Amino acid sequence: MGSVSRLTPRKREALEGYLFISPWIIGFLVFTAGPILATLFISFTKWQVFGPPEWIGLANYARMIHDPLFYQSLKVTGFFTLLSLPLGLAMGLALALLLFQDVKGLSIFRTVFYTPSVVPEVATATLWIWIYNPEFGIFNYVLSKFGISGPEWLYSTEWILPALAIMGIWGAGSTMVIYLAGLQNIPRVYWEAATVDGASGWQKFWSITMPLLSPTTFFLFVTGLIGSLQTFTAGYIMGGGGGPLNASLFYTLYMYQQGWKWFNMGYASALSWTLSLIIFALTMLVIRASRARVNYDLI
Amino acid sequence: MRTVKKVMQYAILVLLALVFMMPFLWMISTSLKGGADDLFTYPPQIIPKSFHWENYRKVLSMYPWGVFLKNTSLITFISMFATLLSSAMVAFSFARLRFPGRDKIFFLVLSTMMVPYYTTLIPQYILFSKLGWVNTLKPLIVPNFFGAAFYIFLLRQHFMGIPPELDDSAKIDGASTMRIFGSIYLPLAKPALITIGILQFMSAWSDFIGPLIYLHSEKNYTLTLALNTFRGIHYTDWHYLMAGTMMVALPSLIFFFVGQNYIIGGITVSGIK
Repeated sequence: MGSVSRLTPRKREALEGYLFISPWIIGFLVFTAGPILATLFISFTKWQVFGPPEWIGLANYARMIHDPLFYQSLKVTGFFTLLSLPLGLAMGLALALLLFQDVKGLSIFRTVFYTPSVVPEVATATLWIWIYNPEFGIFNYVLSKFGISGPEWLYSTEWILPALAIMGIWGAGSTMVIYLAGLQNIPRVYWEAATVDGASGWQKFWSITMPLLSPTTFFLFVTGLIGSLQTFTAGYIMGGGGGPLNASLFYTLYMYQQGWKWFNMGYASALSWTLSLIIFALTMLVIRASRARVNYDLI
Repeated sequence: MRTVKKVMQYAILVLLALVFMMPFLWMISTSLKGGADDLFTYPPQIIPKSFHWENYRKVLSMYPWGVFLKNTSLITFISMFATLLSSAMVAFSFARLRFPGRDKIFFLVLSTMMVPYYTTLIPQYILFSKLGWVNTLKPLIVPNFFGAAFYIFLLRQHFMGIPPELDDSAKIDGASTMRIFGSIYLPLAKPALITIGILQFMSAWSDFIGPLIYLHSEKNYTLTLALNTFRGIHYTDWHYLMAGTMMVALPSLIFFFVGQNYIIGGITVSGIK
């Protein structure tokens, strides 16, 4: 009893402070810090999970340099990110701008655009396999109404990644909501003053809206980049495990196959450590490049 | 000019709303169709020739969905409760208690949000397999008892907005720190807790990679994992597949419609999806 209550109030508060954050500290050591170091260690070994790990030095990294599938998965992930990230941001911004102009029934439209983002990814993927069915799906039917004969989508090495990116636009509602919040933070007087000065809508967009939204865009870009580089479910389900002919072999999917299909935990760890470095480097690059371009006047 | 613009704007909005609703319509309509003769027609029929509501009953009897629902609910609700309680405790400490190194540790909490999910996956898997937890629900539940960085961040913000005078008067009345946390801070943070609860529901309910890695026998499957296997078995029976997809998506949709003000409000405040 006595010992804790005999402490000075300051010490007592500190002790309680540590006690209250102890769940996080334990979780951090066991589920984050420990594993980060362990991945690095495992990447220098050959390990099939059952049995002890065998130290093989840099052999996994050497193997990676000569592995065509490693390059293929980098290409798939990179191309998909280049395609889907700008598309998703543009769609989210467009929806937010449309809704920002004093729309009656704003909350109904907002709900409609946001709803697809709450559907579990597996359900979305299953639904879109059917939507993209080349013969009987609704997508190619709608295209045919415009005189376009649609491709084979998920069965085509060229079209599967664009197909996944288009599907991603359906989930642009979450980006829209964040852009909408960003727009609501901008004082209306900026636009009003520009209108008085005779600025056109286009000029207002490029000289007021975009610069003042740049912190939001920056945030969405960074989180979107980190998320997109870890795309898994779409390739796993819609490409039937990365197909056709590895055209949707996303990086994390290849890592999953190495780790859980063939139980090459050492090689999978080398892949995972490399991905972490790529993500870290790209994030730092974006933060650096954005410094001059992001406008923090409103914060 | 102004009215023309307004009309244009609404026309675009309505058109886009229809486009966004189209996949849902297609899913529901397909789920009510009769079979191959109904499914594989050209042009595709948005309104089914006749409504086969029994598809849903049939799908329910094809696969033990009840078991999957039980597993998913178990994971989802325990993880909701666990992450709320632990994140709130940690956040309270960062917001209100003074201890050496507090701000440095909080910075560490924030930086863990940058760690990619896949970085820690392999050692975690090996850890759980050494513990004999693979093919149980534990790896999907237990890590939630240790607080989640993003929720800690959100709740800390919220707790810092509560006037500190409130706990001063409670302290004078002799309330313990635990008591102040439980009877002042938790009740006042209710909106934030509800937002986080919904976010956690959505992410646990939709999780796929976790169950895929850890759950091997059918009796342990979650709904998302089961839907994927179900698709492998009935890969051309799109009426059944769409009925199954609908059932897996429905709880998330209901949760969203009921709590959408909390979700959209929470996202707006936090700026995170």
